[in-house]
Amino acid sequence: MNTTIMLFLLQDGITNGAIYALLGLALVLVFAVTRVILIPQGEFVTYGALTYASLAAGQMPGTAKLALALGIGAFAFDLFAARKALHGRLILRSIVTNIVLPAIVLALTVYFAAQKPPVAVCIALSLVIVAMIGLFLYRIAFQPLAHTSVLVLLIASVGVHLALQGLGLLFFGAEGQRGPAVLSGSFTAGALRFTGQSITVYGITIAFIVGLWLFFGLTLYGKALRATAVNRLGARLVGIRTTLSGQIAFLLASVIGALSGIMIVPITTLYYDSGFLIGLKGFVAAIIGGLVSYPLTAVAALVVGIVEAFSSFYASNYKEVIVFMLLIPVLLLRSLAAPAVEEEKD
Amino acid sequence: MSALLSVADAHVAYGKVEAVRSVSLEVGQNQIVTIVGANGAGKTTLLSAIMGILPLKGRVAFAGQDLSRLDIEDRVAMGLGLVPEHRELFVTMNVEDNLELGAFRIERSKAKASMERVYTLFPRLKERRKQLAGTLSGGEQQMLAMGRALMGAPKLLMLDEPSLGLAPIIVADIFRIVTELRTAGVSVLLVEQNAQAALKIADQAYVMELGEFVLSGKASDVAANERVAASYLGFQHEGASGL
Repeated sequence: MNTTIMLFLLQDGITNGAIYALLGLALVLVFAVTRVILIPQGEFVTYGALTYASLAAGQMPGTAKLALALGIGAFAFDLFAARKALHGRLILRSIVTNIVLPAIVLALTVYFAAQKPPVAVCIALSLVIVAMIGLFLYRIAFQPLAHTSVLVLLIASVGVHLALQGLGLLFFGAEGQRGPAVLSGSFTAGALRFTGQSITVYGITIAFIVGLWLFFGLTLYGKALRATAVNRLGARLVGIRTTLSGQIAFLLASVIGALSGIMIVPITTLYYDSGFLIGLKGFVAAIIGGLVSYPLTAVAALVVGIVEAFSSFYASNYKEVIVFMLLIPVLLLRSLAAPAVEEEKD
Repeated sequence: MSALLSVADAHVAYGKVEAVRSVSLEVGQNQIVTIVGANGAGKTTLLSAIMGILPLKGRVAFAGQDLSRLDIEDRVAMGLGLVPEHRELFVTMNVEDNLELGAFRIERSKAKASMERVYTLFPRLKERRKQLAGTLSGGEQQMLAMGRALMGAPKLLMLDEPSLGLAPIIVADIFRIVTELRTAGVSVLLVEQNAQAALKIADQAYVMELGEFVLSGKASDVAANERVAASYLGFQHEGASGL
């Protein structure tokens, strides 16, 4: 093998790895805070990507309507939960976040879709739509189950994944789509050619990781999220609502998912069901990080990306097999390192 | 003067087993009230239920407001604080972050003053403010748990076995701080196995056995009670047969 090919593969691997890193971090975050293994993370990726691509092509994405429908569902849940003590202010807040907001976004989407909006508008709308879907899904599917076991949450998670994937087929059809590059143009450095898109991927990944680090390290809400992850009862005893932490975690995860999708879709054609596999690779990284360690997850994600790039060059038929096989030695090592299985506290 | 906390005819059950039966108690303003009793008497269960961690059948009112429909977080915001037996600290975060989160429900501007107050009460915490909570000694963790609860400026602080497993010198320190809290206007509901120390500082006392209060009254009267002395204070009054 010559150095040029190796560098190419490495570059390709790092670009993909950066995206897996973001997804892996989101998975760790959601699991730590809510104990949900977020299988639908992949759908956030496809929804983000395909909403963006549809808007850029001047089509109306169905996801905007889904956001409103889910919002109405979330409002119904809020109303049911508050049935014994109806507080005017709480109901009003629920109406604004669950119905008024998605309705406005739907109106904006309808307006802009008709006139092929600029890239920035497409990105903003896609992010907001998917963020709302994530938030409302938490309210409808996970918040009512928050006190149950990890297994029940996992089953709910699989259910949400299947439902979203089915809806994805309905909204976007079976055809793959590509979106316009966020940053066009390219430059070469030695043998390597950097496209504007890959620079965008690196830049956004790094910015997000730094942003998350600052958020968790410095802000009160970031610390509250960490506190919920470390000790749920302790967090409740200082007045941090578990539901608030869950909402923030899902909001972050859906935004990260959608953003990843928007970054990938100019590079590869995405289908309604592509997200699952992409999400799974983030999951491999998260598992290598033990579903707790953020830095380990980020590093593992880069390894996953690089291994994938090299295996697709040498044994492209076995690409996925090789990537997922990474898990086996890791799980083996982890099981040896931590023989005691901790009982679930609740 | 109306009571700050009043519990009437409370029952708490784990499934079919009633761990607390028909218990009534009151804590007034600026009072230290203690519940003493053997291991497994239901003391911790009662505190958890007052805090909203366990469902309680009966009436609980705090500062004149019915608590039955409020969850833990709302009770915290109202000024009810609990330092649980297992402390429930954020062990992977440092002392200062733990304290800062203790003030999650109060205004940012007041949190700073709150932290200074806690550091004055527990100078040890200030020395260790950048240390991870999980690496503190048992006594320091207890101080941090109390400090974190005080950051929320509670009107009533409930302490569950604050002296458990700590060295006598630290226990003395913690009991001294409890009395200081009363002076500062914080009422305390103290659950203790160390009945002797608890009865010494308390104004009112309840004795709990098998989920029920068997005796209550002024702490000094309870301490003078023969049965209490024999069962909980580790000595017997004259007239009782010796060993």
